[in-house]
Amino acid sequence: MNERISQMINPQAFPTPFCPGCGHGILMGAVLRAIAELEYDMKKMLFASGIGCAAWIPSPHFKADTLHTLHGRAIAYATGAKLFNPNLKVMVISGDGDLSSIGGNHLIHAARRNIDMTVVCANNAIYGMTGGQVASTTPLGSRTSTTPEGNLERPFDLCKLAEACGATYVARQPVATPIPLTRTLKKAIVHRGFSFVDVPSPCPTQFGRRNAFRSAYEMLKTLKDSCIPLEKAKGLDPAELEGKVIVGEFVNLTA
Amino acid sequence: MQGDEACAEGAVAAGCRFFAGYPITPASEIMIRMVHRLAQVGGVFIQMEDEIGSISSVIGASWAGAKAMTATSGPGISLMTEGIGYAVITETPCVIVDVQRAGPSTGQATRPAQGDLMQVKWGPHGDNEIVAFAPWSVQEMYDLTIKAFNFAERYRVPAFLLADEAVGHLRETLVVKEEVEVFDRFKAPNLPPFGTEAPNGVPPMPAFGEGANLLVTGSTHDPWGFRKTADSAVQARLTERLVRKVQDFKSEVIETESYLLEDAEIAVVSYGFTARAALQAVKSLRKEGVKVGLLRLVSIWPFADEAIVDLGRRCRVIFVPEMNRGQIAGELKKYTTTPIISLPKTNGEVIEPVEIVEGIRRPKT
Repeated sequence: MNERISQMINPQAFPTPFCPGCGHGILMGAVLRAIAELEYDMKKMLFASGIGCAAWIPSPHFKADTLHTLHGRAIAYATGAKLFNPNLKVMVISGDGDLSSIGGNHLIHAARRNIDMTVVCANNAIYGMTGGQVASTTPLGSRTSTTPEGNLERPFDLCKLAEACGATYVARQPVATPIPLTRTLKKAIVHRGFSFVDVPSPCPTQFGRRNAFRSAYEMLKTLKDSCIPLEKAKGLDPAELEGKVIVGEFVNLTA
Repeated sequence: MQGDEACAEGAVAAGCRFFAGYPITPASEIMIRMVHRLAQVGGVFIQMEDEIGSISSVIGASWAGAKAMTATSGPGISLMTEGIGYAVITETPCVIVDVQRAGPSTGQATRPAQGDLMQVKWGPHGDNEIVAFAPWSVQEMYDLTIKAFNFAERYRVPAFLLADEAVGHLRETLVVKEEVEVFDRFKAPNLPPFGTEAPNGVPPMPAFGEGANLLVTGSTHDPWGFRKTADSAVQARLTERLVRKVQDFKSEVIETESYLLEDAEIAVVSYGFTARAALQAVKSLRKEGVKVGLLRLVSIWPFADEAIVDLGRRCRVIFVPEMNRGQIAGELKKYTTTPIISLPKTNGEVIEPVEIVEGIRRPKT
């Protein structure tokens, strides 16, 4: 398996640009493992991404066609490519700011259209590359470079958003549990229609250090410990779910 | 046939098989006709969520192998501008039709203007070399759309059809040739898709799914597409080639038409719908014995600099009627010291021949 995965990457693209402790490397590995286990041909796949740390996951690391687009536009670019060549297996891998803030319009409309593509949101709840600014996914009260006294705005629940817009597969798994994440990615990839996977991924450099996480390990462990499976969460009231990350499969409609 | 519809016909004849658009007056007729025509020829149509989505999906489709087009008007061009810059640096062939309306901003949606000439050239940040044509008739809405596709594919650039509301909504007879000359993009799997040995070359362009492991990025990149955002030599070589691949071969794009210029002392330079009025004005002044002629700009970008240098040498004054505050009049001043007199009109109405006649007769202070 490792041999197969090493053939799916551009050796000259390494080392990755990710900071120590960044979750995006785990996500990169999970995506490649999912594709390898599915035995998909990388030559028939297109990986589109926008701008930001997460957009570097496929480009330039993946040995496949990659389309590194403008900030926020990956889904719209991918829509054009997929419609013209339906034989392409299209994956969009990008960040939360890219997909849900500047690119939010394309996300909701691609979900509504049920375009056959997989969108993976590497969600670190902050703008990492540009210096740790608040995002549309930053939790209430969290400190960022533009909310030094704590975030006053409510964050998006991207899975609820994708579901409301008509996505036919919606799931969330964090990088803290890579095996369920890989399993979820495989289901999203083989799904016919618009699939969306929200992947919480810690950013110790920009988020952690401003929010009293003393180490990358502590941040990853906190993420893991705060996750609660959807089935378990169903019986709990909102107060008990405070600060929890609900993980699992929210929508799975097969055509 | 209507000008906008003729544009759609030209696109299909040129091999366009992907159209993405968003409703906007006065360009919507192009999109509506493309729905039906692409269904007939097995192409793909999508109405996107906004103009940013339109240009984005056009670029995506182009890399998937399509000859692709979108059509809009000023406000839509404003939204597409970042995507146009992306198409320039990634060398993505695409055709963008701008049926110009009176601005700024929402302006007069149903009224003609020629105010976007500088926007399509200089809108995106950085240096951009693009191709643009200005049709003056329904026939040219067809012919120049085909040319725009051919140059877009040949030079791997965004190519514009700078129409205006008046020519877009004009109805005239269209003559369709049985066979049109069509340029198809050049492919060479073993050559780099983003660089050439020559400093002014156009690299081959594989499509997604062909096994080329394409690395398409809007960041500064080497000939294989690897980001080199801190390498000044790569940046210099890339930006120079993006400009020179068009500028060094501009004589192949530049197209002008001369009317009664052989013995002219006074010249009129005009383009698009306004050139029709300019030609009428020139003819009526000739009847009075005024030695005046017309140079019509069929292409706008790259600019017809040599024709202007030559005109400036031969004439004592040049008048430039246009439906803006003097965008092309200002451009002319780069290439000649002959007095340039702008005849602008920006009230949302077309320029009448009599207004050009009066402008030329008016005593110069």
